[in-house]
Amino acid sequence: MTVLNQLVVAAEEHGESSANPLIPAPYDILWSAIIFVIIVVVFMKVLLPKMQAVLDERAELIEGGLKKAEEAQSEAAAALEEYTAQLTEARAEAARIREDARAEATAIVADSRTSASGDAQRIVETAHKQIEAERQQAIVSLRTEVGALATELASRIVGESLADDARQQRIIDSFLDDLESQVDSKQKAEG
Amino acid sequence: MANLALAAAMTAATETSSDAESSTGFFGWLFGSDGFHAPTVDEFYPPALLFEGTLFEFNRIELARVIAAVVLMLLVWLVVRNAKLVPGRGQGAFEFMLDFVRTQIVEQVMSKENAKRFLPFLTTLFFAILAFNLTGVIPLINIAGTSLIGLPIIMAVWVYVLYLGVGIKQHGLGGYLKLSLFPAGVPKGIYVLLTPIEFLQVFILRPATLALRLAANMMAGHLLLVLCFAATQYFFFEAAGFMKSMGAVTFVAGFAFTLFEIFVAALQAYVFVMLSSVYINMAIEEEH
Repeated sequence: MTVLNQLVVAAEEHGESSANPLIPAPYDILWSAIIFVIIVVVFMKVLLPKMQAVLDERAELIEGGLKKAEEAQSEAAAALEEYTAQLTEARAEAARIREDARAEATAIVADSRTSASGDAQRIVETAHKQIEAERQQAIVSLRTEVGALATELASRIVGESLADDARQQRIIDSFLDDLESQVDSKQKAEG
Repeated sequence: MANLALAAAMTAATETSSDAESSTGFFGWLFGSDGFHAPTVDEFYPPALLFEGTLFEFNRIELARVIAAVVLMLLVWLVVRNAKLVPGRGQGAFEFMLDFVRTQIVEQVMSKENAKRFLPFLTTLFFAILAFNLTGVIPLINIAGTSLIGLPIIMAVWVYVLYLGVGIKQHGLGGYLKLSLFPAGVPKGIYVLLTPIEFLQVFILRPATLALRLAANMMAGHLLLVLCFAATQYFFFEAAGFMKSMGAVTFVAGFAFTLFEIFVAALQAYVFVMLSSVYINMAIEEEH
């Protein structure tokens, strides 16, 4: 301000001007007011609101985007949780099924083992019975045949002279040979 | 034909060089100098262009203001017209400045709700002052719209009415006067001293200093530039011998001051809007 005053004083000393730059001329005020009011009106009514609309829209978009991202994230988290739960359940189920299968397999094995041993026993019994029957049959047939043979042998022994042992021995041998050949021929006839 | 033209051109050239001595014609005007004139306050009272002597007198400074206002509104309109969600280069720059006013000036002073309320006007104020200040360094205009006190006064008065208005609306006339003239937390006896000072502050000094600070800065800047370039002109085209080289010094000084004036233009816009925010905030807040 002092500089300005000095300038004013200097100017006055030179006799060039008596204007004080701190006191506005009427035309200065008038034009300034007109121009400034126009700027203020245009800025505040037109330009800045338009700009603000764009800025607001952008802010909204960004906020919306953030919200959407958040939602997506929470959805993903929920999905993951569900998936994990399902996975756990599936695992448990698989384990249960495996366990069941194992138990079933054991049961089957046990079953088949008991049934097999039953079968074996039955087979053995059957075999035993057959053998017994055959034995009985053999005993019966032997009994009849041995009786006849013994009678034949006795009659032969009696029919021949039983003088010496050698002869006796020969008779027995021939009898046995006969018997053997008889059995052989019988077997052949059967076979 | 070519030879004739060449001859004519050469004759013209020799004539020009001989005429330069007598300082006539465009180059004479551009390079001529009739002694050194230190700039005076008359710089700010240029001859009228229109309506001389009436209330509507229109001179070079008013023209500079009109140009600044039109260019400012045009530029901003061009940006706003094509404003997109994804900003281009121009929109980015404009948004950067809007953001600067909002975050670095207004929201530094006020709460966010209050800032939202006063931001449109304060933003307008910032852009207007910046545009009017910058005409001081723009070639062919070369005078700041704010270097004549009328415009700073209008802007300061607007802020003055605004802060008084919101203060009275917020606290009532009595409440506002009590708040600003009798600040709380002071011993009663001090009011004898404090109240007159506060009265001067609130009702006279704030608007006066707002207007004067801006106008004086712009005036001083303009006078400095004129001084530098007038001296350069004088040294280069009138001084003899060694003194001619002094022109280089004054030219470099003028260059530096031009850059400085660009800085001052932005700084004064910042200061004006910052202080306006502070005054408005003082008027609306409960205690200060």
